[in-house]
Amino acid sequence: MTQAQLKIQQRNRLTTGGRINREKPLMFTFAGRRLMGYEGDTVASALLANGVDIVGRSFKYGRPRGIMTAGVEEPNAVLQIGGTKGTTIPNVKATEQMLYNKLACRPVNGWPSAEFDLMGVFGRIGGELMTPGFYYKTFMWPKSQWETYEKFIRKAAGLGNSPEVPDVDLYDHMNRHADVLVVGAGPAGLTAALSAARSGSRVLIADEQHEFGGSLLFSNETIDGKPAMQWVMGVVEELRANPRVTMLDHATVNGYHDHNFLTISERCTDYLGDHAPRGKVRHRMHKVRAGSVVLATGAHERPLVFANNDIPGCMVASSVSHYINRFAVVPGERLVVMTCNDGGYQCALDWHDAGRTVVAIVDSRKAPDGTSVEQAAERGIKVITGSAVIEAQGKKRVHAALVTPVNAAASFVTGDCQYLYCDTIASSGGWSPAVHLSCHTGSRPVWSQEVLGFVPGLTTEQRWTAGVLTGKVSLSDVLSDGITAGTDAANAAGFTGASGYVAPSVSTDNQVVCDAQEMYLLPHTKPSSRAPKQFVDMQNDVTAAGIEMSTREGFESIEHVKRYTALGFGTDQGKTGNINGMAIVAKALGKTIEQTGTTVFRPNYTPVSFGVVAGAHTRELFDPQRFTAMHEWHLKAGAEFESVGQWMRPWYYPQGEETMQEAIAREQLAVRASVGFLDASTLGKIDIQGKDAREFLGRVYTNAWAKLKPGFCRYGLMCGEDGMVMDDGVTACLAENHFHMTTTSGGAARVMSWLEIYHQTEWPEMEVFFNSVTDHWATIAIAGPNARKLLEKLTDADVSAENFKFMQWIDATVAGVPARVFRISFTGDLSFEVNVASHYALAVLEALVEAGKEFNLTPYGTETMHVLRAEKGFIIVGQDTDGSMTPHDINHGWAVVDSKPFSYLGKRGMNRADCLRSDRKQLVGLMTTNPQVTLPEGAQAVRNPNEAIPMTMVGHVTSSYHSAFLGRTIAMGVIKDGLNRMGEKVYFPLRDGTTVEAVICSTVFLDPDGARQKV
Amino acid sequence: MFLIHCPYCEEHREEEEFHAAGQAHMPRPLDPDSLSDEQWANWLYYRKNPRGEHRELWVHAAGCGKYFNVLRNTQTYEIYATYKSGEMLEMSGPTTVTATGSVLNFSKAHASSQTDRKPGKSS
Repeated sequence: MTQAQLKIQQRNRLTTGGRINREKPLMFTFAGRRLMGYEGDTVASALLANGVDIVGRSFKYGRPRGIMTAGVEEPNAVLQIGGTKGTTIPNVKATEQMLYNKLACRPVNGWPSAEFDLMGVFGRIGGELMTPGFYYKTFMWPKSQWETYEKFIRKAAGLGNSPEVPDVDLYDHMNRHADVLVVGAGPAGLTAALSAARSGSRVLIADEQHEFGGSLLFSNETIDGKPAMQWVMGVVEELRANPRVTMLDHATVNGYHDHNFLTISERCTDYLGDHAPRGKVRHRMHKVRAGSVVLATGAHERPLVFANNDIPGCMVASSVSHYINRFAVVPGERLVVMTCNDGGYQCALDWHDAGRTVVAIVDSRKAPDGTSVEQAAERGIKVITGSAVIEAQGKKRVHAALVTPVNAAASFVTGDCQYLYCDTIASSGGWSPAVHLSCHTGSRPVWSQEVLGFVPGLTTEQRWTAGVLTGKVSLSDVLSDGITAGTDAANAAGFTGASGYVAPSVSTDNQVVCDAQEMYLLPHTKPSSRAPKQFVDMQNDVTAAGIEMSTREGFESIEHVKRYTALGFGTDQGKTGNINGMAIVAKALGKTIEQTGTTVFRPNYTPVSFGVVAGAHTRELFDPQRFTAMHEWHLKAGAEFESVGQWMRPWYYPQGEETMQEAIAREQLAVRASVGFLDASTLGKIDIQGKDAREFLGRVYTNAWAKLKPGFCRYGLMCGEDGMVMDDGVTACLAENHFHMTTTSGGAARVMSWLEIYHQTEWPEMEVFFNSVTDHWATIAIAGPNARKLLEKLTDADVSAENFKFMQWIDATVAGVPARVFRISFTGDLSFEVNVASHYALAVLEALVEAGKEFNLTPYGTETMHVLRAEKGFIIVGQDTDGSMTPHDINHGWAVVDSKPFSYLGKRGMNRADCLRSDRKQLVGLMTTNPQVTLPEGAQAVRNPNEAIPMTMVGHVTSSYHSAFLGRTIAMGVIKDGLNRMGEKVYFPLRDGTTVEAVICSTVFLDPDGARQKV
Repeated sequence: MFLIHCPYCEEHREEEEFHAAGQAHMPRPLDPDSLSDEQWANWLYYRKNPRGEHRELWVHAAGCGKYFNVLRNTQTYEIYATYKSGEMLEMSGPTTVTATGSVLNFSKAHASSQTDRKPGKSS
């Protein structure tokens, strides 16, 4: 198709007017159809220009749906946008998305297509199956039917497709500070920003639209004698020239959090293409801390609820004006307006002035008068008063409106129907202030009978509201309201200079307004339950009848009705339907809307992309990784790594084609036969100094520290106040008032804050200082019978058995580098832990490896470490303990000294009556009858394998391995009363139906006398 | 996201620098061994969860590392005052609610001579 043909296709486009650039045509496709729009169009305005009626199918009934609004409140026009798998985005509102060249979009639902939808058939024949609370009811009963429904529901439900490949774009976050943050750049926001800026404050103003102006983008009014947008341009120019003002467009303030912290989602490049230009950020989250906040978020016009009000061609009145005046698009030929207020008249005037036919304005008020009514009369537009559109007719587009006279309250039909043939029905039920942001920090909105809407309530935040949001109607009120709010907000932020800004004059200043009538659901000749469907929430297919039914079923709280009917659960969050729904609930319950109240408004105001939430925190920046100083060596050695907290630790070092089992078996045997080494740098290390350091250790550990001499080390258990084991490790006495504490790798930070909180809040009089030195010291553990011979090659220090005993430490020079060498063991073999300053670690390791060649020095990882320690019954806190085990439960009573003068942390807790029971689960060894069967960790133990299900569980496996050295499997576990049941059998029924038999034994499987480590 | 005044750094900082550490002014009993199981459990496990004014212990974890007290409203999330560990803040009147929020009457943050914790027993 040529461009000229495509242009002709835009049958609803006016030849002049609008804020579009006819010089810049943009090509796009909708469901594969090639179409054309112009720069300045939204996808919605371009679709309407091309006469596209159906943009999707409804969620539950599969009914055809068309564009209903022109803003973020749009329930129907949600599209899948983007040309490739990596750039596709589901559920984009066509009314929010600016058109760009080559944009590709399609409806998010409709199967097999939106034009012809099988679900529409299902909706007609099976609609009665899907009553409100359908999901609850089918989940409950009959259970067997769910699978039948589910196939259909899965196909029908769900909107859009998730991207299947990683996002190609960049996203980021930016912190911002402002004296005054103005939300919304409509008339009130602009005057607020200007007056705040003139007082000298730093102003940030954000607006969700492509251009500033808000409602003035489609207004016919004049300000200071000029067209409104000309006045807007002047204000924008002044703001732009002020270096203390920041202006963000395409930027939705989505969350209002505590203490004036607001989040803004800026869609930086969405108007340019389906991915950002190279090097540009697609979406940016601005995190703003503001001194004062001015909310000028405007209002959403409510549609009226009448039968078949979802047929394409049923629109909200102001959006019709929006399309005509801003985009030069008249979305139909013949218009019927249904209104209960003056606002509805404007779209008829605009429609008429665009040269198309206004069939009639139907006004529910008996005798409306005032300027709007006069303007309609001047144009010869027929006004039918005291009447209502009770039903729309048509299939894929409206073709008639059914109009009847109604009583004064418009609650029932009083006369005969007449058909008005038309293709568009625009309705106005009044305006709902966009109170969303004002409620995010817990403030509840207040019903105003004057406004016929909820307005912002009291708040503890330093925030002001202005304009239509507060229920103001006339433009001059809105403009001056903005000035007051902007000045007050700047004042409160410390800028007390007067802005001297006087509200401009407006063409509508002398307009005579006729009172609006309160109206939500229009009557029908039949009751709601019998009338054609009267839709309240288009996106979730919630009808007036459905809401009434839910109240009959006993749902009275608006929060319950919402959840039962799914009212307001869509991606539009009920911006058009909620108030109507609440009004219907109120009426059904015989209450007022004020009594019924609203549901809670929560961030975000509109949906945001996952990308902007994550920002740059993706992939390797998602969570920091910590590497030891020897990481490079491990990489070269071909290690497989394991994440331990944030640490990346070598797991095992496969050689050649070795499997993991083969590798760890080789590592284990090498350590037991000769010597191996482990990078133990990740152990938490805390340097403790001060004259009260020793006393402090005695308070936080369960054992005694008073007599530990410099040069010696001691194992310590740390418990919470509840008496449960929290951490363990070896602490060395460096000097009388100086200690080096080690903690588990994962517990380092927790232990550090544990020490700090007790020192700072309980014992501030103690003179003791804690410093985390985990990253300062690198630790190489050398273990195996040849460990001493190897160490001797690297140091001149005396490391002989006589002069360097088990549980001692020395200062030594190792490989030419100052080191602290601890003679401690986590393998049960002769072992030295060499600590050097981190930056020396790699060099020391290389020297060690070179020296170790003659001893077949073998690197081993965490997996081998686990097996070797389990052979000796050494526990790992967090694996063999789970926060419910006292030192006595894990058979570590030897590490508890109750005779200490101070009641150490955990003492009182572990002496509670319940902790002293003899039948608690206790840590024991488990030896399977078949030595080659490995018990799964976590397997539950029973005493009688033949007991009927549910069996009596008496414990579980905490650690289980195949020991290469012992040639069999070993395990540890906790068993009720286990310490008194040595030699007894327990059974482990597994998921696969087999049962493993094991004997309770000591946790020490190797060298119970400790001969190997004391050589 | 709170904006919290650290009484040690004497600056308002973002909440992400802080951690909450539970109810404030819960001194460890001086002689735990003399307490019954019930008394011990009351101290160890039972905490207030008021709707309204509450005193909490917070730590400036990503800052100076100090623990301090926060007097705040759990309903409105207002922070009325922060004060150092070992200090006490005296309330001098009832809370009043104004158009822009509630105002809590208390004597200006100061180190009271009366602290709610006594020095620990030293051996």
